[in-house]
Amino acid sequence: MASQTYSLPKLPYRLNQAEATSSSNLVHHLTHQQAIKFNAGGHMNRTLFWESMTPASSAKAGPEGKLADAINARWGNIDSFKAAFEAVALSLQGNGSTWLVKDPEISILEFMTSKDQDVVPAGKIPMLGLDMWQHAYYLQYFNNKKSYAQRWLAVVDWTAAEKRFQAGDLGDVY
Amino acid sequence: MVGSALRTATRPAFRAASAGNLARCVSGTAVNTFVRMKASLPDLKYDYGALEPAISGQIMELHHSKHHNTYVNSYNDAADKLAAAEASDDVAAKIAIQPLINFHGGGHLNHTLFWENLAPKNQGGGEPPSGELAKAIDTTYGSLDDMKKKFNAALAGIQGSGWAWLVKDTQTGNIGIKTYANQDPVVGQYIPLLGIDAWEHAYYLQYNNRKAEYFGAVWDVVNWKAAEQRFSKA
Repeated sequence: MASQTYSLPKLPYRLNQAEATSSSNLVHHLTHQQAIKFNAGGHMNRTLFWESMTPASSAKAGPEGKLADAINARWGNIDSFKAAFEAVALSLQGNGSTWLVKDPEISILEFMTSKDQDVVPAGKIPMLGLDMWQHAYYLQYFNNKKSYAQRWLAVVDWTAAEKRFQAGDLGDVY
Repeated sequence: MVGSALRTATRPAFRAASAGNLARCVSGTAVNTFVRMKASLPDLKYDYGALEPAISGQIMELHHSKHHNTYVNSYNDAADKLAAAEASDDVAAKIAIQPLINFHGGGHLNHTLFWENLAPKNQGGGEPPSGELAKAIDTTYGSLDDMKKKFNAALAGIQGSGWAWLVKDTQTGNIGIKTYANQDPVVGQYIPLLGIDAWEHAYYLQYNNRKAEYFGAVWDVVNWKAAEQRFSKA
């Protein structure tokens, strides 16, 4: 998948104003950047994950309206969609998330995975996301990721996903 | 010439995977051919519960019989696909299968080394290192405790899944601490001496998100003899 590039914000001091350890200050700054990227990404991903779900008692079996049309056009029917989603979720190596995203420019739906706490890259709008970090399922499912992914599809908040599908831009999602 | 290149490439894997040969060279004919053997799950030298309280028996059983076993089976599948791609000289397919070889083969190597560098107390687990490795640790880090502090800091710094290893640099002979993401194995310039698994499945059932506690406790069952043997062979 394409990775998001982050630009370093301007430092509040010129590098040559720093002490003799200017290169270590830069390393320090870069380390903070890495921590910001990881933790901010984690916050964004988790938020989307919670908002992708609803209790099974109130969950619809599948999407309606325009999102349903788009899913059926791409995958044939909701069951094929679920099987394909599950396969992508299981293919993730290590920790990360599995997403259904919309590319608004070319109007297609697709799956993608993001590793660790990387966020969905610019240009794609997430409809729903499944947290595949081991801590998200291990206590209940141990190593049985397949069962976790299958059961998770029963608590997807399709109403929320439909709203995001209608959304014009990321501002309506995050 | 191809044979010797292959042999060199597989030698570290052979040393590391004491569980089973990953390749065996059959010579005595005009051309050396390789008989590829399947990877297999190594037996542990101790019971699943033997590393308690540092690592629970429940974790050990899942970790060995499910996680490691999956790496073994998936590696064998990927190796079969690679062999088929080689047989038909399908370059694209050979390249496409590399991430699976890396991930599952690496998972198999890493876990094989891990089980060997753990031991229950009655098999020497937790006893400090001796000999040349102990000297190298003191020279490089000042003391074993100082090395452990740096090692645990490295473990804590892993974002996502991965491993921390005490390694030997084949270029300088020095030891060092390196972290590897996911199941990337220690190959090439560095030789693995001692590894600790920082994947969540290695500790979550027992320690939940208190990974620092796991990193502290695991030293009680580290088998330094295995690390010393690897150091002297390197």
